[in-house]
Amino acid sequence: MTHETQHEAAEERQSLWLLVLSPSIWAAHFLVSYIVAAVWCGSTENRADSVNSLRIWIVVFGLLSLVGIGFIGKIGWRKYKLEGGSPPFDADGGERRFDQDTAEDRHRFLGAATVLLSSLSAVAVVYVCLSLLFVQNCL
Amino acid sequence: MIDDPKPLAEAPSLEVRQAQEARLLKAWSQPRGWRYWSEVNNSIVGIWYTALVLLFLLFGGALALLMRIQLAVPGNTFLSPGMYSQVFTLHGSVMMFLFAIPIFEAVSILFLPQMMGARELPFPRLSAFGFWAFLIGGVFLCGSIFFNVAPTGGWFMYPPLTSRYQPGIGADMWLLGFSFIEVSAIAAAVELIVGVLKCRPPGMRIHLIPLYAWYVLVAGVMVLFAFPPLIAGSMLLELERAFNWPFFDAARGGDPLLWQHLFWLFGHPEVYIIFLPSVALVAMIVPTFARTPIVGYKWIVLSAIGTGFLSFGLWVHHMFTTGLPGITLALFSAASQAVAIPTGVQLFCFIATVYVGRLRPSIPMLFIAGGLATFVIGGLTGVMVAVASFNFQAHDTHFVVAHLHSVLIGGTIFPVIAAAYYYFPLVNGKLLSERLGRVAFWLLFCGFNITFLPMHFTGLRGMPRRVYTYPAGIGLEELNLVSSIGAAVRAAGFGVLMWDVFRPKGKKWDSPRNPWEAGSLEWLQDMPGKPWGVRSIPEIDSRYPLWDQPNFVQHVDEGRFYMPDAEEGKREMLVTSIIDAKPEQCLRIPGPSFITLIAAVFLGGVFIFPTFKMYWPMAASGVIALGCILYWLWHGSALIPEKETKAIGHGVTLPLYVSGPSSVGWWAMMITMLADLTAFVSLVFGYFFYWTLHKDFPPASIAGPGVVWPVAGLLASLGAWGLTILARRWNSREQPAAFYAGMGAAVLLAAFGSYALLAGPRQAGMNPEAHVYPAIVWLLAIWSVLHLAAGIVMQLYCIARRFAGRMSGRYDIDISNVTLYWHFVAITVVAAVAIMAGFPLLR
Repeated sequence: MTHETQHEAAEERQSLWLLVLSPSIWAAHFLVSYIVAAVWCGSTENRADSVNSLRIWIVVFGLLSLVGIGFIGKIGWRKYKLEGGSPPFDADGGERRFDQDTAEDRHRFLGAATVLLSSLSAVAVVYVCLSLLFVQNCL
Repeated sequence: MIDDPKPLAEAPSLEVRQAQEARLLKAWSQPRGWRYWSEVNNSIVGIWYTALVLLFLLFGGALALLMRIQLAVPGNTFLSPGMYSQVFTLHGSVMMFLFAIPIFEAVSILFLPQMMGARELPFPRLSAFGFWAFLIGGVFLCGSIFFNVAPTGGWFMYPPLTSRYQPGIGADMWLLGFSFIEVSAIAAAVELIVGVLKCRPPGMRIHLIPLYAWYVLVAGVMVLFAFPPLIAGSMLLELERAFNWPFFDAARGGDPLLWQHLFWLFGHPEVYIIFLPSVALVAMIVPTFARTPIVGYKWIVLSAIGTGFLSFGLWVHHMFTTGLPGITLALFSAASQAVAIPTGVQLFCFIATVYVGRLRPSIPMLFIAGGLATFVIGGLTGVMVAVASFNFQAHDTHFVVAHLHSVLIGGTIFPVIAAAYYYFPLVNGKLLSERLGRVAFWLLFCGFNITFLPMHFTGLRGMPRRVYTYPAGIGLEELNLVSSIGAAVRAAGFGVLMWDVFRPKGKKWDSPRNPWEAGSLEWLQDMPGKPWGVRSIPEIDSRYPLWDQPNFVQHVDEGRFYMPDAEEGKREMLVTSIIDAKPEQCLRIPGPSFITLIAAVFLGGVFIFPTFKMYWPMAASGVIALGCILYWLWHGSALIPEKETKAIGHGVTLPLYVSGPSSVGWWAMMITMLADLTAFVSLVFGYFFYWTLHKDFPPASIAGPGVVWPVAGLLASLGAWGLTILARRWNSREQPAAFYAGMGAAVLLAAFGSYALLAGPRQAGMNPEAHVYPAIVWLLAIWSVLHLAAGIVMQLYCIARRFAGRMSGRYDIDISNVTLYWHFVAITVVAAVAIMAGFPLLR
């Protein structure tokens, strides 16, 4: 590892919070969608009406969430790649396990886990947005 | 890693080793005779806990058999309708609250330290306290059925059935008893989370920890956010039952649906709180028998964390038939489908591990295979009922009963039995019988499917849940009879299992050390185990040290790693950093004591007396419990050591006393208060829930608490908070006069703040029985005041500690943690006042 990557992988610069950021964005998106829908549909005059204006906002908010998740995923990807570190593949082309007792492997592991969690969060946000494409009103 | 210390090249001489072992044994020796029950060590408390949980499992199973006897034939009169209601309520409640959740805590308390090469968990007395609380609460609840007073509202206790139509004490027992047990569950979660984060061996970086620890971390955090909504909901329902505050009474502005939201905000994550630790056991067992490291470690971490999050977005799928807007149903249906992704990923990892390894067939693997197959059936029917339109048809029928039992029995009971076979040698050095294991498996597996497969069809044919009988001639007789026969087969399976566990075993059944040739740390244990847990605390370089690190067991046994000795005769353990497990502190932990038992008994009184409307004994019991807890803290925590540092070997010298964010106590306070804040947020959710549903909330006809008194209360509370922060600074600068004056003033301000917060609703004449609005305002005020009161006790405690010479500028754990507590009090009071006084102004 180069000096820079050593610095980047130092424990003081790490935190477990990065792992949970993307799922937290999913949670925030989900909660806001739920609350907005509940408040909107809570008033009786809205109930029978179309929810088109509401849907647009929820989908726009969904896209913003996806951008946020993508940003976190990119940070994770950068950690996983770790410029200057040893390559992420074995000599025979298989993916390395990152299970050595080194700061580099720990760094890459946290990066890879962040990428995976960001992907899952992105899929979950898309699921929620998709459901809104099919529902026309509050009933 | 090259820089890591290697084990000592030479083992210490035999005399040195024997002397070390004698000292370790003395420090960790177990009390004998009746004092045995004062033990707090995780390996003993864990066994009590696990045994008790299994007893509750048998009790819950016996209740299930009674139901199956009743339903075997139509029109049966074996159980009266009332008794049937008691039986199904208690069966569900016992299985959920006294088996499924606590088995995770019990097994973790028992084995987690060993999986991480630690001597103990960081708060042994807290574990013991949690156990005693669990015992008292559990016996209280189970005992109720023998007096014909058990709760009858179903395990989810929906009002208004439980608030207006069940006047007996059954529902009160449920609400108060389970709140007490939930407190002990949160205590265990605090212990386990801090254990995983701070008590790992050196070198066990975050990407090397056993998968079990990842799952425990996730499930522990889920407990913190899932249980408080139920505690808050139980508080509301009990206030309605005992004092007629109409939180769920629609006639006075309340809403019974609020209960369902709060209950399922707990209830759905709870399914995963049950399931994840069981999968964690599978993740420990599969690599051993596949004889290869787990495939997809990071994918399993993804599953654990991902499931943990997504499971909080599913609660409304239990409420699809309550008339919620279609758009809401769609949102929750989508999240319910999404959770299948991470759940499936981990199962594929297990299959892949078996595929790449060389599988050695065994009883634990048999149970795991059977369990996963059963779980997949339950998972798929789960995806079916997550589709709202199908859900409308299947809701409240036996189809749902079949679904949830497939999930819970496949996802929990089978893996737990697998773990029982796998880990039994660690408990008493004996092996269980393979032959009996096979018999038990087939009886249980066939019995399970014979019981629950037909139940899908009885459900689809329209048989409702929780009804004590059914008429003949509508196509339900044969299916129900088959289910009942299946239940009997399953009972026989449990009989065989119990016989195998409890039968006398001679020398022939002695287990060799590491009988399964596993690679994970818990198999370091000698047979039978020593009370010190691990002889020396190893340096870890791998996820499977017993496989990968040469001569590892020998090196640990010969004391070639850290802390091979107990020079001062004290119980000690290593505290390390969260990410890379660098040694940070040599933590001294308290030994045996009866104070935990006594504290649990009197705290139990606080929850049990009000069931019988005995409020004075409840208050007295509360005061004594508080005294016990203060005594316990005073003598057992934040003790000033006789020296600053201690050498633990390999040239590492660590402090004996650490405060602030590196210390375990700070983390425990932080985690506890997160749970507390979640309970508060649940109450706030209630306030806004009423607002979304009722146009006239807050109603114009009812005066609110005004602005003056709440704001005065807020300012005084913030003053107390600020002075506490300053007092911490004055303490660390060794300015005792300023410290005492500041803390004293903080106490007075907090007391005035409490008075002012209550004065708002009182001066406005708000009657909490008249309407839900005054009731919830009163509750927000009382909640804040209770926190201020606890804060006052803590401030006085700090004054006393400093005065007694048990706290100083250097040794400041007490005030450091109390300040952290006050940060949360400040957040709570600001939010409560903003809602009480501010929100009505917006209308």
